[in-house]
Amino acid sequence: MNSLRAGITVVEERRASIHTKSGQSCGLRCETDSIAGCVSQRACVYCGARVVLNPITDAIHLVHGPIGCASYTWDIRGSLSSGEELYRFSFSTDLKERDIIFGGEKKLACAIDELVERYRPPLVLVYSTCIVGIIGDDLEAVCKAAAKRHGIEILPVQSSGFAGSKSDGYKAACDVLMRLIEPRQGMQPFPGAVINYLGDFNLAGEAWIISDYLRRMGIRLNVVFTGDSSYHTLKKAAGAALNVIQCAGSMGYLGIAMQERYGIPYMNVSFLGMEDTANSLRQIAGFFNDAEITNKCENLIARESRLVEPQIMGYRQDLEGKKAAIYVGGGFKAISLIKQFREIGIDVVMIGTQTGRHEEYDTIEGLVGDGTVVLDDANPAELEQFMMQQGADLLVGGVKERPLAYKLGLAFVDHNHDRKHPLSGFAGAVNFAREVHDTVCSPVWQYL
Amino acid sequence: MVDRDNDNFRNVIENPCPMCMPLGAILPFKGIENAMVIIHGSQGCATYMRRHIAEHYNEPIDVASSSISERGAIYGGEDNLKKGLDNLIQLYNPGIIGILTTCLAETIGEDVERISHDYLNERGMAEYPLVPVPTPGYGLSHSEGYFLALKRIIGRLARPAPAHKKINVITPNLSPADLREIKRILTLMGAEYALCPDLSDTLDSPYSKTYSRIPAGGTPLADIAVMPGAPATIQFANTLEESISPGHYLESTFGVPLFNLPVPIGLEACDIFLDVLHQVTGNQIPDSLLIERGRLLDAMIDSHKYNAQGRSVIFGEPDLVYALTRTCFENGIKPMVVATGSRNKNLHRLLTGPNMHWPVDACFLDEADYASIRIHAKEKGANIAIGSSEGRYLTEREDIPLVRIGFPIHDRVGGQRLLSAGYTGTTMLLDRITNALLEDQQRHYRLNMYLSYFSGDLEMR
Repeated sequence: MNSLRAGITVVEERRASIHTKSGQSCGLRCETDSIAGCVSQRACVYCGARVVLNPITDAIHLVHGPIGCASYTWDIRGSLSSGEELYRFSFSTDLKERDIIFGGEKKLACAIDELVERYRPPLVLVYSTCIVGIIGDDLEAVCKAAAKRHGIEILPVQSSGFAGSKSDGYKAACDVLMRLIEPRQGMQPFPGAVINYLGDFNLAGEAWIISDYLRRMGIRLNVVFTGDSSYHTLKKAAGAALNVIQCAGSMGYLGIAMQERYGIPYMNVSFLGMEDTANSLRQIAGFFNDAEITNKCENLIARESRLVEPQIMGYRQDLEGKKAAIYVGGGFKAISLIKQFREIGIDVVMIGTQTGRHEEYDTIEGLVGDGTVVLDDANPAELEQFMMQQGADLLVGGVKERPLAYKLGLAFVDHNHDRKHPLSGFAGAVNFAREVHDTVCSPVWQYL
Repeated sequence: MVDRDNDNFRNVIENPCPMCMPLGAILPFKGIENAMVIIHGSQGCATYMRRHIAEHYNEPIDVASSSISERGAIYGGEDNLKKGLDNLIQLYNPGIIGILTTCLAETIGEDVERISHDYLNERGMAEYPLVPVPTPGYGLSHSEGYFLALKRIIGRLARPAPAHKKINVITPNLSPADLREIKRILTLMGAEYALCPDLSDTLDSPYSKTYSRIPAGGTPLADIAVMPGAPATIQFANTLEESISPGHYLESTFGVPLFNLPVPIGLEACDIFLDVLHQVTGNQIPDSLLIERGRLLDAMIDSHKYNAQGRSVIFGEPDLVYALTRTCFENGIKPMVVATGSRNKNLHRLLTGPNMHWPVDACFLDEADYASIRIHAKEKGANIAIGSSEGRYLTEREDIPLVRIGFPIHDRVGGQRLLSAGYTGTTMLLDRITNALLEDQQRHYRLNMYLSYFSGDLEMR
């Protein structure tokens, strides 16, 4: 398989971001700006902020900008709600040329007034976009004045698209969340084993699965950031004894900030795959150092493992020896996937992320075998080249990567935010194995 | 209060209908042979648009970005754009490149025309077709972005040419299946043609052992170059304003006669298309097409009583909305709400003109959002929605069944394969509409009749 008519595969300047593992790690170039013209798969600051905040179910999510930014983010995520549905709407001030010339502050104020009147929300989040950063609308002042008028919280999200990367958007979102959390009197945590769970967006009910595990262990889940959360639940976050962080890329910053301000310790966990799920539950139980919790935790792991292990082993029989390529958003997901593939007998031969950090790439290089290609901020030409060269049987990725895999005749696993099935916990581990099996073992490949 | 620009002025849009101008401008480039596009702006713009387009077509959509960062926003993005072009050419080796601006590039005042010119001179590529298109996201909608880009492509490539026989066929944003059908009809009519843009293979490419970073197909550049020598231009964009009309450009600049026709969906629109082809080529309409026409008529008769129950809400790009509304008229389906996210001066005038069957109580929405479409659809008692997959919102909230057509279709597969043009395509579309009405009726009629007429004592059941 080779490309027709195409030029080179790797632009010179990109070479430092691509590395074939041999022996020890070499310090991959990452956390830098994308190189112009290389067809990066990365998104923008606004995207990062919206991903993190959008699951807040009873907030008005108002995009202050041109229509496109709101259009492309209307109800595209699979975050589920047990209550309000307002978060599934996308609001925009639809800035036009005259607003660019004369400024958009008045329009924004009117938009907020209209929306508060119509929906009576407890919270309005106003997302800044590229042009707002340029024309210099004072979002902070407009939001402050509107909050005063309406007696509710109205917060700006500093998410001008060009002002950094998706990771900077995560940070902007975490800053907003910090402003939402109410300081607690005397800083005493709630009684009992009470934790917050950071970095789960309740895709297809994933946070509900984890919440159920914790309940069965005698641990109360206080706030999930931000899956199925609401204004009033977020307020109470300062009362937890511990923050557990799943998606460290998006929420690590919040964990650190909450430790600094409220003295809440945090630990990184992962509920992707059987091994990680079991380890994470044990880690959380261990924190409380309580025999009953530990006992319940072990019972839960034993029971759930008994249920899912035979199923996963069944899939493994057909999958053993296959080769996977991974290209996902963040390092946390990539690391978890390596381990999850190992559970079903699959080796990772190519792995990359859009926004992985140095320490995450070090971990990745520690986990994969020699000969695996590791790459940061890859483009379609590189993905094509290295998947074919490495003999991958399947790719894990997002919506943009899917058609590329299919055109190359490769199986594909969706690991994006609009999926309709959970991949977390023991139930998710089975779903993952089944999805890999469904795609790798499909009869369709025989006809190519 | 902010000044009111027009009757539709609102401070806030709720669930947007239109997409942004550069997204629309990407599409025609995807239908030109060996073309690539670079978006001059923030990295996220290209990514969001690629995702939005890829999910509809299920095809890789490679679009480069000049990836302007904070530094570029302050000091200008010229270096980024030039470097982006260098890298893009190395990776894709395209024969033509579109440069689309964004909110950011326009607001920081990038002179893309000048940068393009300098770039070509500096690289010694003065003849290379680099096509800058000003497409600020705060400008017009994706529909206008599409035609403006197309006009710029033709404007860059077309040169005075000796008369030849190839008809220029300018198409709006239709499915690749529709474009293939239009090509089939042209061939059956014995017409030689240059379809532009031709997305029929590029955005619905067959599986092949060899992967091509730029998919095969698209309008050849040589065909566009000689468009001024064509006997006529047929453009399926009868609601389009002249200022961004490629057909009007060819007529006013090179004197190519323009037939600006409705999209060939619906019996009358297909008749008009074939009449014009007969006129331009002098060829008779072959029996095979007349048989297809007869089958469509037969289907219209078979379904007319079911269709008479239809009260439709139609939304999408203006030219498609026009054709769909007329198709509803022809079949006795009452269009109760007709909406487009674009701002279009002609659509309302054309639909309410003489010989149209515009219901007196119907509602027309320009620059619409889905919140307003929903309110009016409910108020007018619409029982069928016809438009893009965003209309699933009407199904979920108001239980109005949706017949998917147009762009985007994100929640079903096969948007690129949906056939609705020509007599055969219209027959298939009509069946989809009628069947949606039937399914809805069958789902509800027992309960409806019971609620309407049953008066016995519930205890007796």
